[in-house]
Amino acid sequence: MKLLTGNDLVSGAVTWWTGNGWSIHVEDAADVGEHGEAILHAEEGARRVNAPYIIDALPTENGPRPAHIKDRIRALGPTVRTDLTLKPADPAAGDWII
Amino acid sequence: MYKYDNYDQAMVDARVAEFRDQINRRIAGEMTEDQFKPLRLMNGLYLQLHAYMLRVAIPYGTLDSRQMRMLAHIARKYDRDYGHFTTRQNIQYNWIKLEDCADILEELATVEMHAIQTSGNCIRNISSDQYAGAAADEVTDPRPWAELLRQWSTFHPEFSYLPRKFKIAVIASPEDRAAMRLHDIGLELVRRDGELGARVFVGGGMGRTPMIAPEINPFVKADDLLSYLEACLRVYNRYGRRDNMYKARIKILIHEIGADAYRRQVAEEFAHVKTLGIDPPLAELERISAFFAPPAYDAANVEPDRHDPDFALWLDQNVKPHKQAGYAIVNISLKPIGGIPGDATSTQIDVMADLAEKYSFDELRVTHAQNIVLPYVAKRDLYAVWQALRDAELADANLDLISDIIACPGLDYCSLANARSIPVAQKIATRFADMDRQLDLGELKLKISGCINACGHHHAGHIGILGVDKKGVENYQLTFGGSGAEDVSIGKIIGPGFDEDGVVDAVEKATDVYKALRKGDERFVDTYRRVGLEPFKEAIYG
Repeated sequence: MKLLTGNDLVSGAVTWWTGNGWSIHVEDAADVGEHGEAILHAEEGARRVNAPYIIDALPTENGPRPAHIKDRIRALGPTVRTDLTLKPADPAAGDWII
Repeated sequence: MYKYDNYDQAMVDARVAEFRDQINRRIAGEMTEDQFKPLRLMNGLYLQLHAYMLRVAIPYGTLDSRQMRMLAHIARKYDRDYGHFTTRQNIQYNWIKLEDCADILEELATVEMHAIQTSGNCIRNISSDQYAGAAADEVTDPRPWAELLRQWSTFHPEFSYLPRKFKIAVIASPEDRAAMRLHDIGLELVRRDGELGARVFVGGGMGRTPMIAPEINPFVKADDLLSYLEACLRVYNRYGRRDNMYKARIKILIHEIGADAYRRQVAEEFAHVKTLGIDPPLAELERISAFFAPPAYDAANVEPDRHDPDFALWLDQNVKPHKQAGYAIVNISLKPIGGIPGDATSTQIDVMADLAEKYSFDELRVTHAQNIVLPYVAKRDLYAVWQALRDAELADANLDLISDIIACPGLDYCSLANARSIPVAQKIATRFADMDRQLDLGELKLKISGCINACGHHHAGHIGILGVDKKGVENYQLTFGGSGAEDVSIGKIIGPGFDEDGVVDAVEKATDVYKALRKGDERFVDTYRRVGLEPFKEAIYG
């Protein structure tokens, strides 16, 4: 599957295209299929998200898992500061990255 | 310390106001990111993996307690309660919001700080010896010269759009604590027949093509130094490549045309530049130097009581001799075992500011090794300083030992990185946590970069580690034999890379070889240079 991701213009937070907007949770990300480029250009024009790009991901029962470690780190947060990730209460969350 | 005059303050305030307007226009959608990006970078604002990152300049690594407290305040109010001290003596905040950035810079400007010259293809923040003004072996205090270069380089109209970024380091001691020859220009202030001048080295650097700067001029008189540097930059600006960013640094130019040709062209340019009258008059030099006058030393020369073994260990490892009797240089390690190299919480930053105000004539330094220095501590106060540091978890006695690791933010934060650096540093420090073991290994400078840009100075590590992306998997190459000190050298790759745990094992095997083969007081790097790579390769790849 293909995901569209970028960073929110104002907060800089990692965001994922959900099909009708943006979410900071990769679990909400939608498969953009062949439409990624068109959505990317439209959203760049709207200037809400910085540097959007399309990535490969695998569907899992817990939602999409980005194919590359860099995007998995972006999705969750730094592996060395679990308290600063999106799931600070889940010490095992980092296992999903590696 | 240097204090802004009205002109300095007006420049910084105007820059903040200008950037505030640019940010507002970007948020309002009046500018695209392509239009805005070069503007934010000129103000130290990067976009990293998780958020914007703001890099704040700490000119030549020197700051006072008021400025240090402001850094803590920024961390607490606008970031996530910590900051990351960098290998260029600056500080980075990893979780900045664009909408807050102008307010942050406005607050920084109230204490004479800014983020200018921390990005872009300009002359970057000038770096220097963290022991400047306190080192027993310096021929003069390099800080007035670093400040002069700062004033010369800030907003220099001719050098704001160079082919690539440009880094200058200034030292004044034969012992190089600033990796001087791994800069685009390295200056070593020296005296010849009583006259002050500088050895000028040009064309060093790390990154994907590491090079040691050749000496371009063995002695430029202090009176000519700015003109000479102007000539060095002009030749680079004229001939440096702009068609390929990987070949645009001055080291590539000098490598391609040769040091002799570059030296000749600089001499020709200098003959012209010298007629322009850009070297400052003596009165201006004296005005700047007055800000760096020695503090009012008044302590008797008493040796501290060494009854506490932990304190004695810290004294031996982290406290260095001072040029003034009765005083010492205190190194504060930001490398706790298992911690993140260079990170400090806002509370810790405040503690260091308080200690500087109370015990170090209100001054601190940031080191390129990502530690902090209190440069003027009376020996009678060392125990009190150590106790306060211990209470703040800042008293690790590991300066220059294997756990005093330089590490870039790596793939945990950086959008350029290919692999994580910090977890490797944490695992190595934890593996060698035993203090006796560290002391037995002695000085061993281990440096880790998460990509070829080498922010973690891996080329200059006695042991260097470079993280690479191998088909989507983190992989780590080992290099041996580098040094950023006066015995400067570039490390050599020892062979195929390792996974995260494998590289930790390989480092341990290398230290075992060192222990088996060392002679006398040899450091790891000395033994490596004497015996060569083969015994290490055999043990590691066997």
